[in-house]
Amino acid sequence: METITKNSSLNIQKIRQDFPILFQKVNGKLLVYLDSGATAQKPRQVIDAISCYYQSQNANIHRGVHQLSQEITVAYENARVTVQKHLNATLPQEIIFTSGTTESINLVANSFGKKYVKSGDEIIVSEMEHHSNILPWQILCEEKGAVLKVIPINENGELIINEFKKLLSNKTKIVAVTHISNTLGTINPVRKIIALAHEKNIPVLIDGAQAVPHMKVDVQALDADFYCFSGHKLFGPTGVGILYGKEKWLSEMPPYKVGGGTIKTVSFEKTEYADLPLKFEAGTPHIEGGIGLAAAINYVNEIGLENIGTYEFELLEYATLKLAAIEGLRIIGTAKEKAPVISFVIEEVHPLDIGIILDKQGIAVRTGHHCTQPLMEHYGIPGTIRASLVFYNTKEEIDALVNGIQKAIKMLK
Amino acid sequence: MSISEIENEIVEEFELFGNDWEGKYEHLIDLGKHLPLIDKKYKTDDRLIKGCQSKVWLHSELINEKVVFTADSDAIITKGIIALMIRSISGLTADAIINAQFEFINKIGLIEHLSPTRSNGLVSMIKQMKLDALAYKVQS
Repeated sequence: METITKNSSLNIQKIRQDFPILFQKVNGKLLVYLDSGATAQKPRQVIDAISCYYQSQNANIHRGVHQLSQEITVAYENARVTVQKHLNATLPQEIIFTSGTTESINLVANSFGKKYVKSGDEIIVSEMEHHSNILPWQILCEEKGAVLKVIPINENGELIINEFKKLLSNKTKIVAVTHISNTLGTINPVRKIIALAHEKNIPVLIDGAQAVPHMKVDVQALDADFYCFSGHKLFGPTGVGILYGKEKWLSEMPPYKVGGGTIKTVSFEKTEYADLPLKFEAGTPHIEGGIGLAAAINYVNEIGLENIGTYEFELLEYATLKLAAIEGLRIIGTAKEKAPVISFVIEEVHPLDIGIILDKQGIAVRTGHHCTQPLMEHYGIPGTIRASLVFYNTKEEIDALVNGIQKAIKMLK
Repeated sequence: MSISEIENEIVEEFELFGNDWEGKYEHLIDLGKHLPLIDKKYKTDDRLIKGCQSKVWLHSELINEKVVFTADSDAIITKGIIALMIRSISGLTADAIINAQFEFINKIGLIEHLSPTRSNGLVSMIKQMKLDALAYKVQS
């Protein structure tokens, strides 16, 4: 991987230097990491921020009078403001730190569901959702006697908006859809989806886990009611995530998990809960996670999400062209609007076998159903091989993938 | 042959490949392709061991006090490893199967396929093989 990808304004070789793990050898080969959709690698700036936290900043936040506690409280709250500005949220208290997208969705399903959903109501999700954006709603529906409605997709893997319109009714309490499909790479028209739901005063939750690493998200421009993402897919630490919620919803919703930090006063007769955002942040939070996430956001903003988008589109086009030329290979997910996520199957070969042979060549991809079993059922396949690309990937790595697949096919057939 | 003799034979067979992963996996794929087919009537949902990614079907019979296994999978490398396991324990007594450790899998450098993260159904298959053996032992 010595040659330099030059076609874009980004200096990819210089950017790669920020990611120490990319210089590791796997099975004797230089790592080709094409699984950033599962979790992205971390730049030195994030690793340093976490290391610095433990070496010189560690204290508990929000409760100490001592210097360290006060300093880290300020740093943690600044991290919240970094997220707020990045998403263009109106207020810092609209940013809730969670453990990840999964917890963010569970929080809304539990808390919003407890207050607003009752028997006979309907909740809309889509056929391309990750299990994390199906199961919390399914459980809520079972508990409340509500009904889960599903927006279908067309053969390209795009949501059928006309069908969505038909599903919206005065029984609909919330719509929960993904911004970008983790399996298909489809970029959904979330702005339109939100506008359509809002015509009937229905709030919308967007699962942004796969979107935030690739594009600038403006929650005000989208007019999203809730927007969720994970730190680790945005080049930040694992175990930290964000729930953005409009203040009007969050302030009315009851606490989800309770404990230290979520209260104003407690007695055995009556507890008064804290204001936002602390109402939703029980217990000692993932402090270094918040600090690391802010470092990751600053990092991508320094490179510029617009530059990232331009370069990643180049990668996607190159990879699509090269992969489609492999005999017997079929790309699953051919939406017009796509992120650099490419799922595919190969005739007469199991995805797992391809994944194993690629791994032996130092190439990391994801195989399986990608936690989207209903989608696999739609396409009638057991799983796919998925290459998910980000800005630290190169065209040379795509060439390595193509060669690796050809070798695997030769061995397996 | 005893279980340890069979295991040693497999280890020697794989030692020939040294560090040549390609040769090793080609051999494994070949073993997978030649795994005797499971009788179609046993390839049913109730005999399916669901891995997260690949499927495994397992059938056992007690013939002359010996447990005989047949199996299949939809993934060929999984099938190759199944072929090795069946070769090491099929036709042994229930007791021998209950005590089998499958250490040769580690010795031939394929232990990663038995880690729980591989989700290929093999860990569950071993468990099912031992449960079957235990059931035959209790019956006899």
